[in-house]
Amino acid sequence: MEELMEILEEICPDVDFEEETSLIDDKILSSFDILSIISEISDVFDITLTPAEIIPENFNSAQAMWEMICHLRD
Amino acid sequence: MKSIIEYLEHSSEQYPDKTAFADEKSSCTFSQLKCDARKIGGVLSSMDVYGKPVPVMMEKSVLTIKVMMGIVYAGGFYVILDSSQPAVRLNQILDTLSPEVMIVPRENKITAEGLSCQAVRLSPEELLQPLTTEAEKNLDRIAGQRLDIDPLYGIFTSGSTGTPKGVVISHRSVIDFMGPFTEIFGITRDDVLGNQAPWDFDVSVKDIYAGLKTGAEVQIIPRKLFSFPAMLLDFLEERKVTSLTWAVSALCIVSVLNGLDYKVPGSLKRIMFSGETMPVRHLNYWREHLPDAMFVNLYGPTEITCNCTYYILDREFQAGDVLPIGVPFPNERVFLLDENDQLVTEQNRQGEICVSGTALALGYFNNEEQTKKSFVQNPLNHRYMETIYRTGDIGIYNSRNELCFASRKDFQIKHMGHRIELGEIEAALEKISEIQRSCCFFDEKRNKIVCFYQGKTDKKQICRELANYVPDYMIPNVFRSIDTMPVTKNGKIDRNRLKEIYSTKKC
Repeated sequence: MEELMEILEEICPDVDFEEETSLIDDKILSSFDILSIISEISDVFDITLTPAEIIPENFNSAQAMWEMICHLRD
Repeated sequence: MKSIIEYLEHSSEQYPDKTAFADEKSSCTFSQLKCDARKIGGVLSSMDVYGKPVPVMMEKSVLTIKVMMGIVYAGGFYVILDSSQPAVRLNQILDTLSPEVMIVPRENKITAEGLSCQAVRLSPEELLQPLTTEAEKNLDRIAGQRLDIDPLYGIFTSGSTGTPKGVVISHRSVIDFMGPFTEIFGITRDDVLGNQAPWDFDVSVKDIYAGLKTGAEVQIIPRKLFSFPAMLLDFLEERKVTSLTWAVSALCIVSVLNGLDYKVPGSLKRIMFSGETMPVRHLNYWREHLPDAMFVNLYGPTEITCNCTYYILDREFQAGDVLPIGVPFPNERVFLLDENDQLVTEQNRQGEICVSGTALALGYFNNEEQTKKSFVQNPLNHRYMETIYRTGDIGIYNSRNELCFASRKDFQIKHMGHRIELGEIEAALEKISEIQRSCCFFDEKRNKIVCFYQGKTDKKQICRELANYVPDYMIPNVFRSIDTMPVTKNGKIDRNRLKEIYSTKKC
């Protein structure tokens, strides 16, 4: 989780990832941010995200992203 | 033909009940579009907007196209503004325009409150009033006085001095372009155009006017779908989209996220792209999944009305190959001038891409200085007036004599479909008191804007302050603090040295 937080803060230093739970619904993340996040977490956690995973629910909060990563690593 | 209103009226007569525009929640037919546009135009016609800019702070939608056409009915020209950009930048744009009227939807009033502009603010609802006899008379009078050189729209692009420039395009330029554009690529009333581009970008002009001209349906794709490939491809499939005229960056989002492995929309038959160089790897991904579709590379800056050259893909390309930008559209002259303003015709020699023809913009609004710099007399013609636009793009002819884009003459970059002057970012950085000096460049390989700065502050702080001056796509992705800026012999910041420092430290 710490590693994920580091990635997120590097990409969007101005977003409070501890608190925000509607990163997508409230348009806090731009499409470029989302692309950057996808590419970083694919590299760092050595996972492949398919279109089935790339849905708003999996990116609305840091917790949701972390759960997706854990699920994909299993 | 004097105005694009004739497109709308013709399609409304031919296909009154056919869908003209549709967005996520609503749609309208050609006759509804015409009817509502006339209502809006009727209200605006009493406000003396002829030949004047009318800013529209709305996202792309069915209602927005009605407002745009209403402005045109009233003889004005529309300027779509993205209300999510910082108030400082919006104010710069509004200062340049000094409009008398602007259109702001009710839900956008909060953003609009931070603006210094004194214009009368109207919501679309206030404009959609039944047409009075007087308004109808006004519309008839305006129809009679139109010229095809009247402005149709304005689009603001990044300016190197820090102030955005407003490109103004006439009806004539759009009419001149849309004929060949629809004929060459075979766009007809049977097409369904999947509109990706936001309407403050000129890529969208091709969707909007190809639709109005031919009677094709325009499906406005919600912006948020471009982060979620499954939702995007479901949308294209459900709405039976046949044709995409997209920014390169949008097509690349689909390929990066392997969207077509999830679904290939069954009706897709034409994919056209522009805005920046299409990476062959991404192009090949699309071609593998859509082997029978037509693929077209389109080239041209906003100042020459959408595009001035096209290349219909006729062969295979390998990663690393350069896609040609192709041949000029009819009624456009596209040529290369070397540093001594001599014509370049031989292969593999660089020259600045220059354009002549009806396609040329009316210049930059309220900005004679910048207009004079880029819109100049053709140096090859000393006999009569022939204005050309100097694109600042460097091109070459390859060994097949096809025109190719090579590089930029200045510090303009393309990032996520946006045309950005690095100078505008640096001008914003200068406003931050903690920063003594700064320099930005673009890391093309990783698609990131890199900022080197000298001063006691950090990335978080800089990002927060920059967001007051520039849109988020202009905020650098990588920040490097440096004790002293390397300088060249002339005392200028040494960009090449910075690039070296950046690439060595990264490895």
